[in-house]
Amino acid sequence: MSPLHVCLALSAALFCTGLVAVLVRGNAILVLLGVELMLNAANLNFIAFWRFGPGGGEVGLVFVLFSIAVAAAEAAVGMALVIAVHRHLRTIRVAAANRLKG
Amino acid sequence: MTLLLAVLALVCLVPAVAAVLVRNLIHSALLFVLAWLGLAVFYLAVGAEFIAFAHALVYVGGVSMVVLFAVLLTRPGRVDPLPPPSTQRAIGGVAAVALVASMLGSSIFWTRLPSMEPIPMVSLRRLGELLAGPYLVALLLVGLILTVALIGGLLLAAPRRPSEGGDA
Repeated sequence: MSPLHVCLALSAALFCTGLVAVLVRGNAILVLLGVELMLNAANLNFIAFWRFGPGGGEVGLVFVLFSIAVAAAEAAVGMALVIAVHRHLRTIRVAAANRLKG
Repeated sequence: MTLLLAVLALVCLVPAVAAVLVRNLIHSALLFVLAWLGLAVFYLAVGAEFIAFAHALVYVGGVSMVVLFAVLLTRPGRVDPLPPPSTQRAIGGVAAVALVASMLGSSIFWTRLPSMEPIPMVSLRRLGELLAGPYLVALLLVGLILTVALIGGLLLAAPRRPSEGGDA
């Protein structure tokens, strides 16, 4: 077991946890949080290969910065969508929001 | 090094798994905050200091607030029009994730990864030079994306006044 293995294993576990949140839980907020968790797993992979990989400069580090910024924007828009859905349907269950018009 | 990282990985992973399993939504959001804090400490241990602080600032400080506000603003009404989620769907989802997990795990652990020396850390000055030099356009575009996302989020979440008419 090298440090790279540990990083990749944690990343895979976080990704699977996020996938469970997206696929199994029916709550829109938890689905969004699961997506955030999967993004975090991807960021962790960038960091791991930047630090322990064959060495490709600082590109991985910079990419993670941009990825965090885009994830923040995604969270803001997602939560606004959840609030809008709640205003229309009085629930945030994903299964209830099955119409575009409304 | 490996042992420390493994312990930190567990510290990060346990709250994340608990957050997905817990029924109470507020407990779940708070557990997610714990998981993000653990991930920030993990970044710190790996050597990405600036990323660790940026991650803590954005997730523990920003996204968690947005999530908690969203949880509080969307309390469920008295009657839930839908039946409770079926266990069959849950079993299907867990099976799908188990398949993905087995594929990822086997591919990670059966790959002979080269054991490289950790590359030297990047100083904050170097990172700043990178962001202000070769990645300047990307930085400005990210700022633009954040601005557009904030305005869009406001427009989506703001309540419509009936006097305005139409869906502006």
